[in-house]
Amino acid sequence: MHEYSIVQALVERVGAEARARRATAVHRLAIRIGELSGVEPELLRTAYETFRERTICEGAALDVQVVAARWECPGCGRAVGRGDLLSCPTCAVPACLAQGDEIMLDRIEMEVP
Amino acid sequence: MCDACGCGDPEIVSVDVHDKILAGNDRTAAHNREHFRESGVVAVNLMGSPGAGKTAVLEATARRLAGRQRLGALAGDLATERDAERLRAVGITSKSITTGSACHLDAEMVHRALHHVPWREFDYLFIENVGNLVCPAIYDLGQDANVVALAVTEGEDKPLKYPVMFRKADLVLITKVDLLPHLPGVQIESIVDALGRVMPQPRYIAVSATTDDGMDCWLEWLADMRSARHTSSSVANGEDRPAIARTEQLTIEREHQAAVFIEPRDRRSPRNAKTL
Repeated sequence: MHEYSIVQALVERVGAEARARRATAVHRLAIRIGELSGVEPELLRTAYETFRERTICEGAALDVQVVAARWECPGCGRAVGRGDLLSCPTCAVPACLAQGDEIMLDRIEMEVP
Repeated sequence: MCDACGCGDPEIVSVDVHDKILAGNDRTAAHNREHFRESGVVAVNLMGSPGAGKTAVLEATARRLAGRQRLGALAGDLATERDAERLRAVGITSKSITTGSACHLDAEMVHRALHHVPWREFDYLFIENVGNLVCPAIYDLGQDANVVALAVTEGEDKPLKYPVMFRKADLVLITKVDLLPHLPGVQIESIVDALGRVMPQPRYIAVSATTDDGMDCWLEWLADMRSARHTSSSVANGEDRPAIARTEQLTIEREHQAAVFIEPRDRRSPRNAKTL
């Protein structure tokens, strides 16, 4: 389950940000997970609950924003429907993923002296 | 410190980061990629289910390229040295990466393993990832291309069920095609149609490591990767994949030859529809 290694990277990153600002506690994290990122949000939450003990994130709530996948034509912007062939029927070019592959740390709420 | 009232309480601040959680892995991957480019090594991340035929394809590749190309491999598995031993037996300089319980390789594992093989001497470095159709897709290793092995015995709908893996593929090797006569319910066209719904630029080669069907095309693809590497060795952008333009050219040429390397069936372009 790679969600544990994602959480490990997340906690390390938050720790580095907290140290850089000499934070004494972290209250909340906001992350974004895309539908096509390969990360399962519920498994990530479970991994976070397990992994955050005795880390700077021990008391930090985790806000997960799930981002739906959206394929679209890079030429005309037309959306390609779920399950359709990933090319634009009008422009005949490959579709591009406009959103949905995010594994992003957006925001940290921390307590600074 | 709270400076609203001077009470001396700590202040809660919101820090915007907006960075990839795996940025650390991506930095190590970029480091690996830079090493490969400087040394002219083509690195291929070979992924697929357990039993998809990854090791068998590499064995067949080694038999065909023996004495002409210097091949190296890093073989990822949860346990045992078996794959690395199989690859060494056919002349591929190999190092096993046993991950314990980890379901994928990451860039740091690859970097550490490189210290145990003379990778600068290789023409090709194959990174045989842990057999898994989910997790390995997430981690950039510094490779030039992602290749996914999909055996005909796995079923036609695997691409639809595992879209993340196939979206990341630069090339899909449809393996074990010598078994097709024994699988009356499996049609290559159905697999290719499924690929077109999860890969924006689907490319595949149907191969058999047993009969060598399709191996010429696979070797041609590898040779193209190498040519592109030598003509673009100064390009340092980690997102760049120079071989792809050449691959599209190969696709077009192949449409007029054996239909082992084609675009998938497309409702709007019947000329693209081919059968084996």
